[in-house]
Amino acid sequence: MASETTTSKEYIQHHLQNWTYGQHPDGSWGFAHTAMEAKEMGFWAIHVDTMLWSIVLGALFLWLFRKAAKTASADTPSGWQNFVEWIAEFIDTSVRGSFHGKDKLVAPLALTIFIWIFLMNLMDLVPVDWLPSLAGWVGSTVFGADPHHVYFKVVSTTDPNATFGMAFAVFYLILHYSIKNKGVGGFMGELTMMPFQAKNPVVQALFIPVNFILEFVSLISKPISLALRLFGNMYAGEMIFILIALMYSGGLAMGIFGGFLQLGWAIFHILIITLQAFIFMTLTIVYLDMAQSEH
Amino acid sequence: MNINLTLIGQTLTFIVFVWFCMKFVWPPIMNALNERKKKIADGLAAAERGAHEKELAEKKAAEVLHEAKQQAQDIINQAQKRASEIVEESKETARSEGERIIATANAEIEQEVNRAREELRGQVASLAVAGAGKILKREIDAKANEDLLKDLVAQI
Repeated sequence: MASETTTSKEYIQHHLQNWTYGQHPDGSWGFAHTAMEAKEMGFWAIHVDTMLWSIVLGALFLWLFRKAAKTASADTPSGWQNFVEWIAEFIDTSVRGSFHGKDKLVAPLALTIFIWIFLMNLMDLVPVDWLPSLAGWVGSTVFGADPHHVYFKVVSTTDPNATFGMAFAVFYLILHYSIKNKGVGGFMGELTMMPFQAKNPVVQALFIPVNFILEFVSLISKPISLALRLFGNMYAGEMIFILIALMYSGGLAMGIFGGFLQLGWAIFHILIITLQAFIFMTLTIVYLDMAQSEH
Repeated sequence: MNINLTLIGQTLTFIVFVWFCMKFVWPPIMNALNERKKKIADGLAAAERGAHEKELAEKKAAEVLHEAKQQAQDIINQAQKRASEIVEESKETARSEGERIIATANAEIEQEVNRAREELRGQVASLAVAGAGKILKREIDAKANEDLLKDLVAQI
């Protein structure tokens, strides 16, 4: 909620600023108190909130699924195990449908991506002020910090670092599978000998740079599109929640209207967060399948 | 919105999560699922086998039942045959027994008749002697005429 002391612009900016720990320009280490300070820290800084929530949610996912995996048996499943098996079956079907060949990594990779991203996205449904306000209160009462300088973004997937972090890992796997299955030469050939081909060696030599530019862009676009799609969707969704939350300071009528809007958007958002997790997972499987199969 | 160390941190976190999932989460779940799939397939196969066996057993049971009925029919037929035989036999026995009894009775009657005749003959002889004596009005020495009397008796 935007209080009297903060303008709408400040409110939005406050919500979009990560809790950053890093080295100040003067050489000392500490938390950034303003967006400016965070920017000045450059690359050697870390978003504590992004890391915290992603690790907490990832650990939650692994803990919950590990619990079901430990008791998994061929007997009649019940309750939570049923749910886990349903998810596992769903992932397994998706992987079998898109990924040709046997691989121990792809299915658990897909499961991790799907559930982890889903959980991180799910944090978007928590009203935008709850956790940041709680963090501000804790920060001011326990650590004596100015609540206006306590930044706390709870949706990790609205941080491009998180989405690019995952996309780069997937990109590494794409390269790994390409080289493993086709060899360095085969992979290079795929990058340079397609799509334009000619019988004449001179013409073919001329085609090589053209092919390389085309193929390289399509290769690079895979992780970038993965990361930006997820980030863009979640960032936009988060932004709309923030804008709706602004309405609560616009009087009773606006507040009630905002409440309905938030409810509607949240319900619609359930679809988006699931869909984005699913798309990220499916595209990862498809990219890896493309990487390991011959053209 | 700054790209910084978080990028690498997230990549590492992601790799660790995927590794953990691959090592400790996915295989047991998949094993359980595959095992159950196998179990269900086995169960279905066993059920099919059971149904087949049941069919065979039913066929066998019908055969046995049929055979038993046949045997029972045979036994009943034999028994009936035997019964009629016994009836015939006893009829025969009764008839011969009756005939025997009749024959015995006839013989006895004849005997009785003969005895009565003997007796009558004796009585007639003595009556004849007495009558003759009375006719002669004198005592005839029975002893002296015994031979005569015996002749007389034999002629009656």
